[in-house]
Amino acid sequence: MVDTSMQLWFSDYHTSNVKVAVKVDRQLFGQQTDFQRIDVFDSQEFGRFISSDGSIVFSEKDEFTYDEMIVHVPMAVHPHVEKVLVIGGGDGGVARELSHYEEIKEIDVVEPDPVFVEACREYFPDNARGLEDPRVKVFNRDGLRFLRTKQSEYDLIINDAIDPLGHTAGLFTKEFYGNCYKALKEDGILVYQHGSPFYDEDEETCRAMHRKASHSFPISRVFQAHIPTCSSGYWLFGFASKKYHPMKDLDADRWNARGIKTWYYTTNLHKGAFMLPKYVEDMLEEEESC
Amino acid sequence: MEKMNQNKAPIHEALERFRKMRVVPFDVPGHKRGRGNPELKALLGEQCVNLDVNSMKPLDNLCHPVSVIKEAEALAAEAFGADHAFFMVGGTTSAVQAMVWSTTKAGDKIILPRNVHKSVINALVLNGAIPIYVNPEVDHKLGISLGMTLEEVKSAIEDNPDAKCVLVNNPTYYGIASDLKGIVDLAHSYGMKVLADEAHGTHLYFGENLPVNAMAAGADMASVSMHKSGGSLTQSSMLLTNKTVNWEYVSQIINLTQTTSASYLLLSSLDISRRNLALRGKDSFNKVIDMAEYARAEINAIGGYYAYGREMTNGSSVYDFDVTKLSIYTRDIGLAGIEVYDLLRDEYDIQIEFGDLSNILAYISIGDRIQDIERLVGALADIKRLYAKDPKELMSAEYIAPRVCISPQGAFYGAKESVPMKETVGRICTEFVMCYPPGIPILAPGEIITDEIIDYILYAREKGCSMQGTEDPEMNRLNVLKL
Repeated sequence: MVDTSMQLWFSDYHTSNVKVAVKVDRQLFGQQTDFQRIDVFDSQEFGRFISSDGSIVFSEKDEFTYDEMIVHVPMAVHPHVEKVLVIGGGDGGVARELSHYEEIKEIDVVEPDPVFVEACREYFPDNARGLEDPRVKVFNRDGLRFLRTKQSEYDLIINDAIDPLGHTAGLFTKEFYGNCYKALKEDGILVYQHGSPFYDEDEETCRAMHRKASHSFPISRVFQAHIPTCSSGYWLFGFASKKYHPMKDLDADRWNARGIKTWYYTTNLHKGAFMLPKYVEDMLEEEESC
Repeated sequence: MEKMNQNKAPIHEALERFRKMRVVPFDVPGHKRGRGNPELKALLGEQCVNLDVNSMKPLDNLCHPVSVIKEAEALAAEAFGADHAFFMVGGTTSAVQAMVWSTTKAGDKIILPRNVHKSVINALVLNGAIPIYVNPEVDHKLGISLGMTLEEVKSAIEDNPDAKCVLVNNPTYYGIASDLKGIVDLAHSYGMKVLADEAHGTHLYFGENLPVNAMAAGADMASVSMHKSGGSLTQSSMLLTNKTVNWEYVSQIINLTQTTSASYLLLSSLDISRRNLALRGKDSFNKVIDMAEYARAEINAIGGYYAYGREMTNGSSVYDFDVTKLSIYTRDIGLAGIEVYDLLRDEYDIQIEFGDLSNILAYISIGDRIQDIERLVGALADIKRLYAKDPKELMSAEYIAPRVCISPQGAFYGAKESVPMKETVGRICTEFVMCYPPGIPILAPGEIITDEIIDYILYAREKGCSMQGTEDPEMNRLNVLKL
């Protein structure tokens, strides 16, 4: 029996030797911008997903994981967040999670590519509604440039850029961590995408990130999540902080009393997320000591 | 003359035709399209090793061009407004040597600024011509030599009416241009030729609102580093001549030292780059100017750094400024340029062109993107935040006027001895001492060594400059003439 159905597969290369292929129903959008190639697809398994330069940025099926992890982890630790800077995050998912917190007064979202924002507004309205919150201001600017002039201004900075090699490479550098340190208040926290430690090609990037952050901030820890569309499906986040420790300063009761509805994050998972596999722990310790 | 078709790339097209012929190679190179050296093929790629072929009838011969190379050189001459263009495969060093040797021989005088590239003085070591240095004006704050003023050139010419030629940097590494047109008119009125070192000036032929290029200014010859701002492969370069020069003689001079196995990778890169510049150069360099001006404004906004630009011009020693250059003065944050250069590479993964005692130079080109500029600016801001020191501890770089006692050739080949550096004061040096980059000599063969020079060398080495030129690789000793 010959299968006569249409066979259109999206190949997401995790390394030059490993790819994950997602069967596509149809393509909804495709455009080369000044920064990247953006495509949007519908698929059976992951629902709608968006890619940048041929690599999946997020899908409907798993975006909640990192939007929740990158927001609720620091928010359950820092006792009084008023001003937040989100770098990248033009889809609005991070802003949507932040909008649950009433004490936040301002959310600045810095996304260099206006086409990315527009594509998300059009095709991912559930994420993009985060940008409609009146506390959110979207700046179409380069993240590094935006940061350069800021000093002791933010309680929380979230770096939502995911690609350390593409057009956002500047957000994974020593100057980025240094400029974040300067832009944060004296008890500020920086949370950032830390990549995947699994494949050899990604390992060095992952090591370098921890090296740079741990040399720039007094407290620098790493936490993990399972995100199928990310490289190897195993993803890390960085928690760099001037004062608060992600475990010792976790106020679980306070966070649980807020009654925020989540699908991934819990305060129990919060503690577990910082318990890393031995090989990751070893890798990070090596970088801290060098 | 009928206009040529700048869309053509004769060498590139000949290589394509040749590839399709599938000729069986029983000639050099011996790797035979990479088959004999699979590791090289894996590194460079099949297309690249396939292009690494020998001179032959369908591909012409650089030593005596009659077909596709001749045509490609003619296209380049037209694009650059020259009478003749030579494709060079020994770097701009080989073009500079050919200029010097075409105009001087043993005992002849050549008038030049001291901040020339070492290739100029090397050429004098080999042919025995005598350098007459024009006193440059110095910017005491920045610690850099400026251009040659018309008055200084005039007095050098009047003191040496028997000199054969004047050599001009157009512009300097830092982007400073002399009054080239004025110097050309002056030198020609005394029957002297003008040679332009345009190692940092390819873009002057295509961009807008930039200093005048040598051919337009009426200079006789120009060495143009296509591989710098022109986009061709490293080591490829061009020598341009005007109608005032017998190009057939220049061709003989080039062939004295040029390889007989010129690389077609280099030649085709020159051909393709010329086409690109002729068709798209103006737009590309306008973008480069925009990026450099943006970077300058952002860096100056950080405070503590001074990224200099057109405000430097003064009508004489800085007759014009090449705004594509991004030179930045760093001493006010208490760091030598070379220290910022090292920090950028070691701590921020950013490689810039060079750092001297007071400045750094970031090379902006047609390959840059605005997000990379943001990284550079971000890193400079972070360096200031983390590493700034008291600037008083820094020694300022001063111009040290050379005292030439005998010809570079006489010194280099003279009877010499090796002496510990600190004991060499008052002796005549027989070798070069320079920081590389920029490769401008602190001492050249035939010059007196002074206390001031020794202090400068020791300080530059302590700050981390790569010191080159001496026989002693550690530079603890210098070769000097025997007493």
